[in-house]
Amino acid sequence: MSETTGPKMVTLTIEGRTAVVPEGTSLIEAAKTVGVLIPHYCYHPGLPVAGVCRMCLVDVEKFPKLAPACATTVMEGQVVHVHSEKAREARTGVLEFLLINHPLDCPVCDQSGECELQDYTFQEGRAESRYEEPKRFNPVEDFGGDVLYVPNRCILCTRCVRFMGDVAHDPVLNVSERGDRAFIGKADGHDLTNVWAGNVVDLCPVGALLSKDFLNKARAWELDRSASICTGCSQGCNITVETRDNTVVRLKPRPNEAVNQYFMCEHGRLDYRWINRRDRLDQPQVRRADGALRVADWEEALDAAADTLRGRRVHVLASANASNEALFLAERLMAASGGRGWFRIARGAEAPLPGVPDLSLRAERAANATGARLLGFEELTGTPAIAPADAVLVLDDTLDGELPAGLVEALVRGATLVHAGTTLPAAIAGRASVVLPLTNHTEEEGTFTNLRGRVQRFLQSRTAPGLARPSWFVLGDLAERLDASAGFALPAEVFGAMASAHAAFSGLAYERLGLRGLPVLDAEARGLTVTDAVSA
Amino acid sequence: MGYPHASHGRETPVLSKYFGDPDARTLAGWRARGGYEALEKALGMDPAEIQGIVKDSGLRGRGGAGFPTGIKWSFMKPDGKTHYLCCNADESEPGTFKDREIMRWTPHGLVEGVALGAHAIYAETAYIYIRGEFTEPIARVTAAVEEAYAAGILGANAMGTGRRLDVHVHRGAGAYICGEETALMNSLEGRRGNPRIKPPFPAVAGLFGKPTTINNVETLTTVPYIIKHGAEWYNGFGREDNPRSRGTKLFSVCGNIARPGNYEVTMGFPFGEFLNELCGGALPGREIKAVIPGGSSVPILTREEAEGALMDYEGMVAAGTMLGSGGVIVFDDRQDMVKQIARLARFYAHESCAQCSQCREGTAWTTRILERIAAGEGHARDFDTLLSIGENMSGKTICVLSDSCATPVASGLKKFRHEFEAKLGPDRSRAVVPVMLTSNRTAAA
Repeated sequence: MSETTGPKMVTLTIEGRTAVVPEGTSLIEAAKTVGVLIPHYCYHPGLPVAGVCRMCLVDVEKFPKLAPACATTVMEGQVVHVHSEKAREARTGVLEFLLINHPLDCPVCDQSGECELQDYTFQEGRAESRYEEPKRFNPVEDFGGDVLYVPNRCILCTRCVRFMGDVAHDPVLNVSERGDRAFIGKADGHDLTNVWAGNVVDLCPVGALLSKDFLNKARAWELDRSASICTGCSQGCNITVETRDNTVVRLKPRPNEAVNQYFMCEHGRLDYRWINRRDRLDQPQVRRADGALRVADWEEALDAAADTLRGRRVHVLASANASNEALFLAERLMAASGGRGWFRIARGAEAPLPGVPDLSLRAERAANATGARLLGFEELTGTPAIAPADAVLVLDDTLDGELPAGLVEALVRGATLVHAGTTLPAAIAGRASVVLPLTNHTEEEGTFTNLRGRVQRFLQSRTAPGLARPSWFVLGDLAERLDASAGFALPAEVFGAMASAHAAFSGLAYERLGLRGLPVLDAEARGLTVTDAVSA
Repeated sequence: MGYPHASHGRETPVLSKYFGDPDARTLAGWRARGGYEALEKALGMDPAEIQGIVKDSGLRGRGGAGFPTGIKWSFMKPDGKTHYLCCNADESEPGTFKDREIMRWTPHGLVEGVALGAHAIYAETAYIYIRGEFTEPIARVTAAVEEAYAAGILGANAMGTGRRLDVHVHRGAGAYICGEETALMNSLEGRRGNPRIKPPFPAVAGLFGKPTTINNVETLTTVPYIIKHGAEWYNGFGREDNPRSRGTKLFSVCGNIARPGNYEVTMGFPFGEFLNELCGGALPGREIKAVIPGGSSVPILTREEAEGALMDYEGMVAAGTMLGSGGVIVFDDRQDMVKQIARLARFYAHESCAQCSQCREGTAWTTRILERIAAGEGHARDFDTLLSIGENMSGKTICVLSDSCATPVASGLKKFRHEFEAKLGPDRSRAVVPVMLTSNRTAAA
């Protein structure tokens, strides 16, 4: 640690705890560092400070008035009380004001259970309302895109307005009218169709902005949540997969300063239904003497798959959404037999979020193309060179319903085919010798490498259908049969083997990746930009 | 002068000397009355020297807050940055109409003060932000600025000194909140007129993010007289036992009074004599009941309190209120104080910018309770609720609009409680809450 560089540090006391933070830090952020949450609504670390909700007023010794913690910077020796009588009374007052025109319709509100108005009112609000007048009423408005506005629940924190204006640079939202007649207005003729607009729903601390997609689908407390990575593009946004009864009902961004800050795009957010599809492969199948694929047990299927591949050059046609671990094991099969690996990738228009550096819906619409490249796979262009004596392993490439040109000819002339995947495309069903059911990325764990070379873990969020097994597990067992190597019991072991075999991943350990990931070591040499340094 | 009445012998007309004299509006007329001599003198002086003179004169901000003008100017240093001067002519405080008369009758006095002020804070550009409803003052000030440019007083070579001085007249759209200094700057920049959080203060980052000084019309118009006659001359006005309030001040008097209008008196003038002698006291057969001495945002005084008060910053504080903008509103015994206070609250509820929770909801809630009481539907617990809401609205928001709504309510409830109590209706169960669903969107549509 060098002491000459870096910002000047300031020491202050917050709720009796000593905080040491860089000069210029706000009280609200300084309090977080010592485990004190200062209640707030309008403040959000990813947005410019507004200081309007007045919820974060704290008692600072020697200040004449309560100070907004979001807009007050730390000073040496300051003593801050968050829970003094004066500060608590101010918050209770704000909560009362915010609730007088609020419909109190928690039982039918989607935000219920994850609502900051609800939480703080339970913590510090008045038990009984003193408001006896008629409540203000405004009708629900469809903001376009995936967003619904329920103005009666709105507390005018302006997070949505600031996000659209200052982060998305698409100032569609505004505060219209004044006084308690104010509401969030939408510019005439414009809708929230910006590909990043869905973030306003996450940012809204109450139930005023809702996702139409999630509307009335689940109560917040029924959801199981696990950390994952979005597979919508190569950005690798950190997300939380939320499931109810083993069904994915919602994807939410998970904060990661180095990748996506607090945001994710609509393309990634709304593209989850395929995860829940019911027509999944759930049992291994082997082609019998009668020419038909019949259900087999795993041992038999793996033996048959090994037989199909043994003695031939093994080419792999992999999905660019396969994990680093699966790709690494597949690459071992290729390398041992002199085969080649290809992947195909869908492309779309790049859509950056202007207010956040290096965050964009990327043109490459798959999570792990970078990992595939690092592990020796090439993007398939033209006809794959497959000889009649070769074997092909399809690793969860759905092939868009059709096989690549040349592959069919190769199969007709004698090449063999093993299909390991989550579904069985019709084009493959008639040709594969063995079909191995795999879990998808929400049913297993592993890592992806994003376009900047950051290796990030995803965790399992739902159970697999039938007998489907994790990709790294199946490929490990297959490798064990083909080259008599030891199998793997955990994805961490596969990752360890990959880190020792591949320079790109050397020095990384599965556990040390944490849930925010680490960049590959020689990313710069490979022309990838490292977004932050490995903290040793 | 007691415009539109003849000047009273006990007035001290400095700013109001030419009120009612159409000839003073023209450049020639203004020059004939000694106009622009102070500016010429000031342009030959070092800004720091001007700041010192203004400091010594004891001039304090006439917009309501009473911050010493010389000290405010001394925050502006020759740091090489672009500076701006804003003149706050968004006079919207109910009961206040002194700036209007300055702009109507002596627009060149204001232009001279603005130009002088700009020079004194190292600025080349000044903006006069005039309230949108002030159609005549806008026309007068605009004409004066044009005349000043044509005569070379303003422009690239102001008064032949080689200095650039630009003055722009900006017409507001009629929002009360745009009289708050940072909201005024947002409005000038083309944004919604919302007050900004401070710090940063305007002297550090104001208009367009540049160091900015903002002064009231009356303040700026006073400065040329100080430069011309000296700090001691101005400092000589005022009561002897109060060195902190000096000079003369314009008071706008309205309401139930014999002679409403603008009056200019020295600081510390006895308020009782002011009301009864200069303004002629109550209307025939009536009795003054209450007085708001400094614009609608300050605590209300009873007649007895008002008659014992002295008209300067400290004198009004001693009487339990504030000098504010000098807008005196007089209520006589015909007036229903509950209705009057409800009307004031409605004004604030209408003008709240909607940023801070306390103000947005509190002003409207206060209004609804007061209007219910005024309609004979109140109950005793409403008083506690009103005071408690007022407490929660005070000292906790970005600007003081919220406090301004709570202040007259609290003082009214304290001093005229019998009027509130006389209006109480039958106590109804709290369980019976009227559900009235009305849309406020219809107005916008």
